[in-house]
Amino acid sequence: MSPLTKKLGRDLWRIKGQAIAIALVIAVGVLMQVMQTGLVASLDETRRAYYERYRLAEIFAPVARTPERLAADLRRIPGVSAVETRIVGHALLDMPGIDLPLQAQAVSLPDFREPRLNNVYLTDGRMFEGDRPDEVVILESFAKAHGLKPGDSLNVTMNGARRTFGIVGFAMSPEFLYSTAPGELVPDDDRFAVLWMSRTALEAAFDMDGAFNEALISLSRGTEPAEVISAADRLLDRFGGLGAYGLEDLQSDKFIAEEIDGLRRTTATVPPVFMAVAAFLLYIVISRMMQAEREEIGLMKAFGYTDWEVGAHYLQLILAIAVSGALFGGLMGIAAGRALVDVYLLYYKFPFLVFRLAPSSFVIGIGASVLAASAGGLFVLRGVFALTPAVAMRAAAPADYSKSLKFDGTLSGFLDQPTRMVLRRLTRQPVRMGGAIVGIAAGVALSAAMAAILASFDEMMELTFDVIDRSDVTVSFIHPIEARSLHDIETMTGVIEVEPVRIVPAILKNGRHTHRGAISGLVELPRPNRAVDADTRAIRLRQDGIILSASLARRLDIAPGDWLTVDVREGRRPEVRLPVIAVAESLMGSPAYMELLALNRALKEPLRVSGAYLRIDTAHAGEIYRALKHMPMVAGVAPKGDSRAAFQEITDRGAGATRYIMALVAGIITFGVIYNAARVAQAERARDLAGLRVLGFTRGEIAFVLLGELAVVTLLALPLGALGGYGLTFAISAGFSTDLYQLPASFGFSTFGQAMVVVVAAAVLSGWVVKRDIDRSDLVLALKTRE
Amino acid sequence: MTRNTFTTRNLRKVYGEGPAAVHALRGVDLEIPEGEFVVLLGASGSGKSTLLNILGGLDRGSEGVVHFRDKELSAMSDTELTRYRRDHVGFVFQFYNLMPSLTARENVELVTEIARNPMDPGEALDLVGLANRADHFPAQLSGGEQQRVAIARAVAKQPDVLFCDEPTGALDSTTGRAVLHVLKDVNEKLGATVLIVTHAASQAAMADRVIRFGDGAVIEVTVNETKLTPEDIEW
Ligand SMILES: Nc1ncnc2c1ncn2[C@@H]1O[C@H](COP(=O)(O)OP(=O)(O)O)[C@@H](O)[C@H]1O
Ligand SMILES: [Mg+2]
Repeated sequence: MSPLTKKLGRDLWRIKGQAIAIALVIAVGVLMQVMQTGLVASLDETRRAYYERYRLAEIFAPVARTPERLAADLRRIPGVSAVETRIVGHALLDMPGIDLPLQAQAVSLPDFREPRLNNVYLTDGRMFEGDRPDEVVILESFAKAHGLKPGDSLNVTMNGARRTFGIVGFAMSPEFLYSTAPGELVPDDDRFAVLWMSRTALEAAFDMDGAFNEALISLSRGTEPAEVISAADRLLDRFGGLGAYGLEDLQSDKFIAEEIDGLRRTTATVPPVFMAVAAFLLYIVISRMMQAEREEIGLMKAFGYTDWEVGAHYLQLILAIAVSGALFGGLMGIAAGRALVDVYLLYYKFPFLVFRLAPSSFVIGIGASVLAASAGGLFVLRGVFALTPAVAMRAAAPADYSKSLKFDGTLSGFLDQPTRMVLRRLTRQPVRMGGAIVGIAAGVALSAAMAAILASFDEMMELTFDVIDRSDVTVSFIHPIEARSLHDIETMTGVIEVEPVRIVPAILKNGRHTHRGAISGLVELPRPNRAVDADTRAIRLRQDGIILSASLARRLDIAPGDWLTVDVREGRRPEVRLPVIAVAESLMGSPAYMELLALNRALKEPLRVSGAYLRIDTAHAGEIYRALKHMPMVAGVAPKGDSRAAFQEITDRGAGATRYIMALVAGIITFGVIYNAARVAQAERARDLAGLRVLGFTRGEIAFVLLGELAVVTLLALPLGALGGYGLTFAISAGFSTDLYQLPASFGFSTFGQAMVVVVAAAVLSGWVVKRDIDRSDLVLALKTRE
Repeated sequence: MTRNTFTTRNLRKVYGEGPAAVHALRGVDLEIPEGEFVVLLGASGSGKSTLLNILGGLDRGSEGVVHFRDKELSAMSDTELTRYRRDHVGFVFQFYNLMPSLTARENVELVTEIARNPMDPGEALDLVGLANRADHFPAQLSGGEQQRVAIARAVAKQPDVLFCDEPTGALDSTTGRAVLHVLKDVNEKLGATVLIVTHAASQAAMADRVIRFGDGAVIEVTVNETKLTPEDIEW
């Protein structure tokens, strides 16, 4: 083995604490990169495979009531490869022991054959037999949530008629990966079911003999969906077509696509930031180490080693740390990805989910960290090249402190020698100290930003469920009903306030931007459920236009004063043009608000409401739910607590869950940075400090010289870190925001305080380790070795 | 006529600029014949180390010409200077300058690894009487021992020129004599030109040629007709 290789090994061993700290910082960056891209690839691939295996339709065409013969016409549209028709309808479940009425979607499957499209995956039990009208297969997640078994019976109200069905099996379907009750934003397993029944049974239940109310269409390869969608719309229009839409507008797919995109976005924003910090750290440590090894570098050059040979030696040191950190991180990333896939499997309703390592991410993660480290290494090389070999011939000159602080006059009376040493060094070596400060500040910034992100999630929940929506229960109706029917609800015992709402499904258009969503018609000054501006003040609704949520306005690229085209997808389906009068703050969904009367006027309908927000006396909740359950017009009842819990689960188990890992990683990095700063300072000063000991300074005084420096550097880094964290928070929160929720960038004193706790804890612990080392150090050896 | 290893003409070296400039060499004209044992004497700060650095290719003069054999050192590129040091020069530094993270043997290997015609590192250590300390780290050696390792390291590559900057400065008489003996052997057996900087005027008695240096210039060059052996030198 060559002596330089041995030197490399011994140097690595000597700085092992630091090397491990840096390698860990790099490792966690790569870990995140590999884990996240792996998850993205796995989800993407699994979704694709699942859709394909169960033949999920590419176009969905809901319609009022259409004779079956239209199916043949649809099949003749150029580019259509298969058409399946079916009946879907709303159902209410009355579960024993549960006061709340639960919503379900009834979906027909062909009586004696497999569906051509939208097949289901039977997880337990069997399919219903042929045309047996009393058998039902239900969504597995709902069955599990309620502890149902095949053989149990189920009370279902459809189209006003209540009947009992026998459950014969459980199923999953790519169409209902995420199943959200109509009118609700987030999926909740407990409160939404899918019932698959025979076509015969549903034809009877919904008066659809020889007719269908939804067509499923798949396309031959390379067909443009938009053309087929308009062709289908033209065919179905006179039967009450509600507007065909592509797979990407299917709620379940939208949701999962958003989740995957969210993961992808956080993958693109966060790991690179972490990696950059790691590279910077590595650079600082190696360059300071080189400072300490100037003479050895000069010596090697004096012996005739070329610049490249010497440079390669230090580059190897960098690479040894970077590569081992990156490899370790890559392997851990695979392990973490595997573990997370299991969590995701519980959460996403995939029948299977394999963690597929994206080999490119492994390569990119390792490559990027090594590149970043080498970039730092290039600066190091520059230092090697600049050194003249003659430095080896001189004794280590005492560092020149002549330009540093002079303590004269009154000041000197107050400062003892150790304090002066601390201050002198800080002022004398501003570049070195500046590097340490910036390094620690980067760690502070990361920690502060991640703390802010954690807080932002809480703030989003609070704003959504405490500030914007102050109701206790949301009730939705099967059809829009006359406003005075609300009287029955108002007079129930325990109901404090009832506020009507009209939700109208619509396609909002501005030029080539479109959004499939809904308009909420609210009373002029809503009390329980409000639209609020950026300062969370309630916005008063006006008769003369529409108010859009900020995220929606952004997506439609529209501003107050512009005109919006609204293609209503209900009732007479008019197309109306409305002026945008304001933009409201909203963190969940992408709502659009109108004043209730104005909305009904635009629809050319008498005053109708599709739901109501209730404030109730919770002592009477059970009674109220039971009463609502027996009102035929009620489609669903959503207590806010349940919605909130469901939403919390979404943010904790889905893409948002990675925030916890990232926060941990940020903590590790901060720790690594500070530990390094302490170690480097110790190494640079080992000799000086041993000298002080010889002169009779106590260990405590020595530690003060060193730790005082660390303390001052850390203190100076805090404000800088706060500034950086503030900026980072915006970048990261944008990465975490999805279509479903927008994360506010909330950077406050408390989040910064949390980061400070991490930093101070890291500083104290690092200081303790260093102090322990000083106490144990061998005086004579420290004086002899030059490090 | 023997050819010269080094020739310098009007060699000057200035450190720094303006009023703070230090004129370390003020026009040095020298000729050092091949294979001689040369001693450089002079007060501290007179420019001896500076001259050694330039002849050894570690540094460049500010003005003037330096030749190594028939090649002009002062005209060489950095790469050529590196090549020159690697192939021809051995150094013993004033401050030992061992790599703290390498053992005695490994410190020698550091040089033999890249030398064209090195001796065995063990043999070199044996030459300075340190064969039994080969596996010790510098921190485990005394100052004199470290200096001897430095000499073994310089000698091991069997250089054409050997520069020693105050090699015996920190040594007692016995060790000092042993060190001088090694240097004399290298000069006589390997035919290397040896250049030693020293304060100890008595050591001049064992040189072929003595160069007295003062204030950045050569004061006097004497050629000894008879040389003493290290054993006969007064310490
Ligand atoms: N790197 C340097 N920068 C500035 N002055 C230097 C430097 N190296 C040497 N000198 C100065 O040059 C003069 C000669 O130094 P040096 O050659 O080391 O003397 P010697 O080895 O004879 O004691 C001294 O005055 C010294 O202070
Ligand atoms: Mg000198």
